[in-house]
Amino acid sequence: MAETILRVKQLSRSFSGIKALDNVQLDLKKGEVHALMGENGAGKSTFMKILIGLLAADSGEIIFEGSHLENSNVSDTLKKGISMIHQEMLVIPELTVAQNIFLGREKEVTRKSGWPSLWLDDSEINRKAAELLKQMGVSIDPEARMKFLSVAQMQMVEIAKAISNNAKVIIMDEPTSAISDREVATLFGIIRELKAREVSIIYISHKMDEIFEISDTITVLRDGKYIATKAASELDNNSLIAMMVGREISQMFPENAGNHGEVVLSVQNLSSKGKFSDIHFQVRSGEILGLAGLMGAGRTEIARAIFGLDPLEKGEIKIRDQNVRIQSPQDAISKGIGYVSEDRKGLGFIPDMSVSDNIILSSLRQHRKGIFIDEKGKELTVNRIINELRIKTSGTDQKAVQLSGGNQQKVVIGKVLLASPEIVILDEPTRGVDVGAKVEIYKLIRNLSEKGIAIIMISSELPEILGMSDRILVLSKGRQTAVLSGKEATQEMIMKYAVA
Amino acid sequence: MIIGTQVSINALLAFGVTFVIITGGIDLSLGSMVAVTGVVAATFAHPDTYPLAVPLLAGLGAGLLFGAFNGFVVTKSKVPPFIVTLGTMTIGRGLALILSKGRPVSNLSDPFNFIGGGNVFGIPFPIIILIIAFLVCSVILNKTILGRYMYAVGGNEPAARASGIGVNRVKMWVYTICGILSALGGILLTSRITTGQPNAGAGFELDAIAAAIIGGTSTSGGTGTMTGTLIGALLIGVISNSLDLLNVTSYYQQVVMGVIIIGAVVLDSAGKKERG
Ligand SMILES: Nc1ncnc2c1ncn2[C@@H]1O[C@H](COP(=O)(O)OP(=O)(O)OP(=O)(O)O)[C@@H](O)[C@H]1O
Ligand SMILES: [Mg+2]
Repeated sequence: MAETILRVKQLSRSFSGIKALDNVQLDLKKGEVHALMGENGAGKSTFMKILIGLLAADSGEIIFEGSHLENSNVSDTLKKGISMIHQEMLVIPELTVAQNIFLGREKEVTRKSGWPSLWLDDSEINRKAAELLKQMGVSIDPEARMKFLSVAQMQMVEIAKAISNNAKVIIMDEPTSAISDREVATLFGIIRELKAREVSIIYISHKMDEIFEISDTITVLRDGKYIATKAASELDNNSLIAMMVGREISQMFPENAGNHGEVVLSVQNLSSKGKFSDIHFQVRSGEILGLAGLMGAGRTEIARAIFGLDPLEKGEIKIRDQNVRIQSPQDAISKGIGYVSEDRKGLGFIPDMSVSDNIILSSLRQHRKGIFIDEKGKELTVNRIINELRIKTSGTDQKAVQLSGGNQQKVVIGKVLLASPEIVILDEPTRGVDVGAKVEIYKLIRNLSEKGIAIIMISSELPEILGMSDRILVLSKGRQTAVLSGKEATQEMIMKYAVA
Repeated sequence: MIIGTQVSINALLAFGVTFVIITGGIDLSLGSMVAVTGVVAATFAHPDTYPLAVPLLAGLGAGLLFGAFNGFVVTKSKVPPFIVTLGTMTIGRGLALILSKGRPVSNLSDPFNFIGGGNVFGIPFPIIILIIAFLVCSVILNKTILGRYMYAVGGNEPAARASGIGVNRVKMWVYTICGILSALGGILLTSRITTGQPNAGAGFELDAIAAAIIGGTSTSGGTGTMTGTLIGALLIGVISNSLDLLNVTSYYQQVVMGVIIIGAVVLDSAGKKERG
């Protein structure tokens, strides 16, 4: 048995009276990949933020290589050798890739090159970053400004930043939620190398297959409480899910009755320079059209164009036989289109507003008395949505930004649903959402389609695309390469067309 | 000549507030700091009392303390910098009146008056100060770790914190530096008009902020350069001077200046859209 490098005992933390962590524990061995699992809001990120000193614990002990860390701040823990990749991708958009990677550690670089200690040595920072990125096998220009990178590239930079610290423990909070399979493979290669060098990894993800592929040990939290720690080999998909949600989940995807009505949305020759070209498809009422493809295939761009977020170069959009021009999201909403963005932080919700105000935002008109907001009616609707989607919140007036990632996603879906759309575009609807909630979101999507709503679902998770779609449109580099029937398609077929 | 001094003072304040704005803050107390530091310096600058270094250090020290106080309140309270410095703007004005008993402090020594009015090798001394301050501020912003941290704090504060940066320390620094630069402006002005005026500097903060914004500093933090701010300050100086020469009254000048500020930002954001 390898020796323990980090031990946590009886750690607790409350937010305004509500226990986010209640006596949790962790025993991390040298050189292991230790998965931390739990539903949205289970307290995983809070736990990790306490470990690296970004949040303070109310009580409990953190012992790292024999010394106590309860009262350390981030800069101490970084120096001691713990680094973290944050779930919410904490980058400085205006700085360059290299500057982001070495942010907070400029002094080390300077010291080694013999400058006065307050001086910046950007050429050395650039050189080191280039070397690091090359080693990782990713092609990103270290001198590019962060804001011009794709989300996936930013994530790779965050990974580079964490490993460049020569850390002994690296915490990865949902590092793969925004990257494609190829990059996941790169990351797993890196993790295996780190392991070989006796570095310990705490790995958080909602993607089950990843967990079983990479982890040695699994610790499960539920509702802020420690449930158990087991060797990964002792568990399988179902037993792990049962530990996480506290009940058995027999079926991931709901039955599909397959009742479709008339064509609600049809697009023809849709093109946008440099993003996608010549896209044509139809969606019927009650139908789910899946959009599959690799990162950068143009799926999100198509959704944004239909929703009026980006201008179209050419092409026609018809809603129920009517040619329409959609110039703004407001246009789109008034024509019955709803959009759940993949970019939850950027487009999905207003962080500082309450859960209830966020949910009601697009449908305030339906909840008014004269010029006033009908508070009672609003509260009823909000509570119904919270119950239906099982949003975990301390109250309807909690700020949306304080919810866990998955619960934020549910708030966004709730908001879109309330505007009673005819067509709903869901872009990565279950990104960062736990299994239990995934099942609920799938049920919800199925419900919507059974009510006659036409649904376009973009997803990078193939099981999800296969489990939910009636038809699957596959895109590759901005062109559509196949339309497959949901019943007949397989992962292999989709992948073949996705790289075509 | 007079424009030289006016532009220099505005540029000094604008450099200071550029640091603050880059971190995502704002400082409205610049004008009041000009008055306080000017009065303090003038108090020690009567002929045949103290050597020149004393009024200079007293003025700069007052600016440093004032700025550090701004920084302290901003970092220790959760009150937004806009409100904090709105408060200290009024406090500063009051202090200047108290210290001077409401009267201009005049009868200043020749060496002191040289600072704002003298020439070295034919170049007005304020311009020399401006150039030196510009170089020092540029170096701080681009070549030191502190400068990098300013961009980081303004660009994404949680990310800066998660990278182990002492966010509060960075903020303390920028407000303090801003105070020192305002003091330099206060000393220049006092020397130029050969009096410590408790009412001096009113509205200077707006010109300084305008210079920073015209120069491309984003009020939401994270971007900005000293060169941009210098250009902004020069532009404001040149324009108001040409309007003077064209006999445009000060009423119209204000309207023109307002249009230029908005125009600069509109052009800047239009340019960004095309690139982005
Ligand atoms: N700053 C905060 N203020 C108030 N409550 C908070 C705050 N941060 C987290 N919480 C609450 O603590 C609980 C745990 O949240 P946490 O983000 O740790 O969950 P998680 O397990 O990481 O979930 P996910 O898988 O969705 O990321 C949630 O109920 C959340 O609402
Ligand atoms: Mg989390």
